[in-house]
Amino acid sequence: MSKRGYFGELWFGAKSLLIGLKVTIVEMFKPIVTVQYPREECDITPNYRGHIELVFNSETGGSNCIVCGLCARACPSDCIIVEGEKKEGEKRKTLTRFSLDFTKCSLCGSCVEACNKSAIDYSQDYNIAGFSREEFHYDLIERLNRRHIQPFAAAAGGN
Amino acid sequence: MPPELLRMIIAAVLVVAFVFLNAMILGYMERKVSAHIQRRPGLMEVGPHGVLQLIIDGLKLIGKQLVVPEGSNRFLFRLAPLLSFAPCVLPFVVIPFSKKLQIVSMDISLIFILAMTSINVIAILVAGWASNNKYSLFGTFRSVAQAVSYEIPMLLSLLSIILMTSTFSLQGIIAAQKYYWFILVQPLAFIIYFVSGLAETNRAPFDIPEAESELTAGFHTEYSGMGFSFFFLAEYANMFTVCSIATVLFLGGWKGIPLPLGDFTGIVWFLLKVYGLLFVMIWARWTYPRVRFDQLMSFCWKYLIPFALANLLITAVVVKLI
Repeated sequence: MSKRGYFGELWFGAKSLLIGLKVTIVEMFKPIVTVQYPREECDITPNYRGHIELVFNSETGGSNCIVCGLCARACPSDCIIVEGEKKEGEKRKTLTRFSLDFTKCSLCGSCVEACNKSAIDYSQDYNIAGFSREEFHYDLIERLNRRHIQPFAAAAGGN
Repeated sequence: MPPELLRMIIAAVLVVAFVFLNAMILGYMERKVSAHIQRRPGLMEVGPHGVLQLIIDGLKLIGKQLVVPEGSNRFLFRLAPLLSFAPCVLPFVVIPFSKKLQIVSMDISLIFILAMTSINVIAILVAGWASNNKYSLFGTFRSVAQAVSYEIPMLLSLLSIILMTSTFSLQGIIAAQKYYWFILVQPLAFIIYFVSGLAETNRAPFDIPEAESELTAGFHTEYSGMGFSFFFLAEYANMFTVCSIATVLFLGGWKGIPLPLGDFTGIVWFLLKVYGLLFVMIWARWTYPRVRFDQLMSFCWKYLIPFALANLLITAVVVKLI
């Protein structure tokens, strides 16, 4: 028998049992914290590091990229290909291809750090799944168009 | 066909259907209550809020193969689930659901129920022994030791009610609670009965016979398919029986605010009280951790039995004096 004695033990035990019941009944009527994932989606924090994505520049209506190739050189996995061409009468190169092979990307972030023009950033997209390898060979220019340029063009065309 | 025979057949079908329905309701309730206590939504996929999940589970269990382990006693192994299930159905025959909703009215219905619920121990013993598995055998040892010791305070606490009513008939006991429920005069007996009932039905925190972390699943480790589901049904039927005895003896049975057709609609109050008690059982399961075996035994022998005896003695003296 412990130092509480026979009846002390009983009193202490009964009290702690009732406190336990109170804890669980209070928890029972609190709101549910589970997010029913495929039907509901979580808000992602701004510093979530997904795959890279071209940043939209609202002044030029396109990307910030100057096709310097620093990101492709910084990439330890060689998963970025940047190509551009110099059009007639323009000072700078225009971006013609920015592709990311996400199957090889290790999400190290060296490309984002290497970029001088803040042309690439991390994506917030976490719903990435596919049936084949090729679905993860992203064309970032097309993704940029789909995200920003096309919706605005559609809205403008609608007017 | 004689009307009495027809009545018995209808009653038998209704009782078995109710046992299955009860297992479904309790299975759903248990999973939902546990989920909400842990702040999860629980069953959500099959039907609105997952109400049809238990039907799917039942179909799955029926579809499973019944595996008989090598080296087991084949006959006893197949017999044990039935031995567990059949006696659990029988108490429903005498439970007074309402004033006129009782299949058989016996003068000794309380003794009948207690005798039938005790048979479950034998089924567990047979199941554990026939399985030829160490987990099953250890679960059986624990279960039998537990059931045999907790029978004593359970019966002693019920005896103090019997002393007050001097009848074993459940309808007679309900009739004796005309002005007040017996929980008001016998709170200690109620608590002792309820705690022993938890232990008798192998419910948490007294679920050491099926302690998952040590014994996988205790006595029904080797059972699959319907063999397992008979034990499952028997456990829930036993819980219902224990709670309905508590309702009849301590909470006034089917008595409540009068409803139209009071002789039959008392079942509403009866089921409300029984499922209220069953909710407390589930609530306790998801609150308390499992007790150790020595704690289980010392609690029974040091606290429950002396208090039950003292309660019985005081009741006897008071009944004699009044």
